[in-house]
Amino acid sequence: MKHLLTIADLERSDIERILSTADSFSEVAGRDIKKVPTLRGRTVVNLFYESSTRTSSSFELAAKRLSADLISIRSTGSAVDKGESLRDTVATLSAYDPAAIVIRAPWVGAADIVARSCTASVVNAGDGKHEHPSQALLDVFTLRRRLGLESLDGLNVWIVGDVLHSRVARSNVLAFTRMGARVTVCGPPTLIPREVETLGCDVSYDLDRLGEADVVYALRMQNERMDDAFVPSLREYVACYQINSRRLQPRQVLMHPGPVNRGVELSADVMESPQALIVDQVASGLVVRMAILYDLLSARDQSGERGGTPEPTVGQPA
Amino acid sequence: MNSAPKTPRFPRVTLCSRAAVPAETLFRSAWLLDPRADLNGPADLLVSDGHVTEIGPPGSIDPPPGAEVVDAEGLHLFPGFVDPHVHLRTPGREDEEDLESGTRAAAAGGFCCVLAMPNTDPVVDGAPVLRALQERAAREALVPVGFLASITRGLAGAELSEMVELAAEGAAGFTDDGVPVADARRMRQALQYQRLAGPVLALHEEVPELSGTGVMHEGAISTLLGLAGIPSISESVAIERDMALAAYEDGRIHILHVSAAESVAAIERGRAEGINVTAEVTPHHLTLTDDAVRSVDPRFKMNPPLRSERDRQALIEGLRSGVLGCIATDHAPHSREEKEEPFERAPMGVTGLETAFAALHTELVAPGVIELPLLVERMTAGGLPYGLPTPTLAKGARADLCLADLEAEWTVGESGYESRSENSCFAGRRLRGRVLMTLAAGSVAWRERGFAIRLAEEDDQPARVAARKGTA
Repeated sequence: MKHLLTIADLERSDIERILSTADSFSEVAGRDIKKVPTLRGRTVVNLFYESSTRTSSSFELAAKRLSADLISIRSTGSAVDKGESLRDTVATLSAYDPAAIVIRAPWVGAADIVARSCTASVVNAGDGKHEHPSQALLDVFTLRRRLGLESLDGLNVWIVGDVLHSRVARSNVLAFTRMGARVTVCGPPTLIPREVETLGCDVSYDLDRLGEADVVYALRMQNERMDDAFVPSLREYVACYQINSRRLQPRQVLMHPGPVNRGVELSADVMESPQALIVDQVASGLVVRMAILYDLLSARDQSGERGGTPEPTVGQPA
Repeated sequence: MNSAPKTPRFPRVTLCSRAAVPAETLFRSAWLLDPRADLNGPADLLVSDGHVTEIGPPGSIDPPPGAEVVDAEGLHLFPGFVDPHVHLRTPGREDEEDLESGTRAAAAGGFCCVLAMPNTDPVVDGAPVLRALQERAAREALVPVGFLASITRGLAGAELSEMVELAAEGAAGFTDDGVPVADARRMRQALQYQRLAGPVLALHEEVPELSGTGVMHEGAISTLLGLAGIPSISESVAIERDMALAAYEDGRIHILHVSAAESVAAIERGRAEGINVTAEVTPHHLTLTDDAVRSVDPRFKMNPPLRSERDRQALIEGLRSGVLGCIATDHAPHSREEKEEPFERAPMGVTGLETAFAALHTELVAPGVIELPLLVERMTAGGLPYGLPTPTLAKGARADLCLADLEAEWTVGESGYESRSENSCFAGRRLRGRVLMTLAAGSVAWRERGFAIRLAEEDDQPARVAARKGTA
């Protein structure tokens, strides 16, 4: 695999391979010295055209843990702000011969554009409202660990909230269903995209059947949606769709990609309940992103030949 | 439904092209196809002094001294195509297209007449801009060009353009193409003023609030890609409104670039009710669907957007039934820098003049979806909504025709484009059918390069060499 652009591109076996690599990196994360020399001497570029805390920081830390040299570029103050096109920025950065470029941009297909205009491996860290594949992989990883399952076969997942504007929803519907789960998306009709069933999920406009869910995945309700009047009021939205202790059952687990609008899509009590995996998701983000970089870059080292299960743990601490 | 002006007192549409030597050409043994003139078979056709002067059985006509002889056996001769919807980007964006390059692209596609849209900079919303364009076309255009003027000043939707004066200067019609006339009252006033001014109102139909920030067709693909969608009903709801207004004011409207099944159904109903409405459809909407946008390639971004297969089938049916009476390319050149932006930021629009016939021949005629005569009929009918004469091969007519090789295969873009822009949605596609020669307003406007070379190599009669005069 040269790039990670979309979940739609991945087979179930690709997902399983990356997650089993992430399992190995989890052991590294438990050590005193958390660094491995896997990517020593190689350069990773983080190119972020949108604000991001957890995604950018976890990709940065992932690159550092793998001993890569790291360049982080944010749109503020860079040539990007001076009107340079994405292609030209990538051409400029290519002069450093990066092994990987991690890109987040507000445009659908931005990662594909980068992949077409340079020789580096490209990781899509979010392209417009299209996909956020590393988030979906870390969510599957988190769920597998928490539930102690190899696959998600037969699991019932509800994704609740603003599906229309969510790249996390798109990637997660695809990733969860690839792994065998049954996914239902739920939200107000104005925030459910047309023909969403074609992604392979069911649709519900209310939470009446939420009890069926094994996993409740709440999406961020962005305040700017209120300006566009997608819902009549936030108050009513909360009344209809908030996941709170009244709605969340003890056997269910709760996920959220963050950052949470406390009191909107989630009530404070469920956030702090042991059912909530929100902090686990962040922790998984680091090892899964290490696994992604490892998967893309080691494959190129071995010119397509992959030696079965990677063994990052055998490397000496850097 | 015929759309000729209701009363003869209205001024005529002005068409302008540069002066050229009238053609003296004998097409020998061509397959003549002109459904309106009931021609469909092999014949010799002689063009003298820019007019069709003789049609006879193959091999029956001797070339007059000095005439060029084109051995057209195995080739088709059609009436010249008319494109009622092109953007020639002049004035204002001559880096993308000018009157010369745009009409050369038209001639290369077999078009002998085009109508240019007024969304230029400045907008064609007053007589001085229109006159300047006509003068420029009279110096630069290779095929006759008519110009539409805007319905509202600056396309702003607030005040009507000076429709009477613009019509008096020969405006072909009125349109705010690129944007809809959102204000229903303004649309009603334009229809009222049509009684005074004459020309048809050509409408870009869209409800801005329904289109929102959409960049592609709303459906499964937009959902998969997370791109904001433009629903089909954005178009059909606007069409329903404007047909109701046209019915009420007894006006005449032409619907630009119909893209949705709901729209075809609406126009069909309107025509059945006697509303004076005509409509056009583009080659890209007839041959491509939103599936092409999976590539997130801005070359597939245009407005209205490529829609679903169901819509495409409805458009083909509308073309067959005549609800969609003509084909229009909506040729919309854009600079490479702009078209290489990410999909959401790239401008809407694709070029189409050079590929229209070949794309439709390849995708619709070759597989047997529609018959060749129907395609020729619809590609030559673009002037009807504007009251322009339709080109014909009939004896006595001015030579407005094109010669095509239906077997020739070519790859779009392989040797560049005549247009100054290269944003073709068919780029890289292998197409079957190529226009070899176009006569417009009685003169040779285009000769395909390979074809010209072949003629020269095969020349064995001095008359043929001597005849190569007045060519493009």
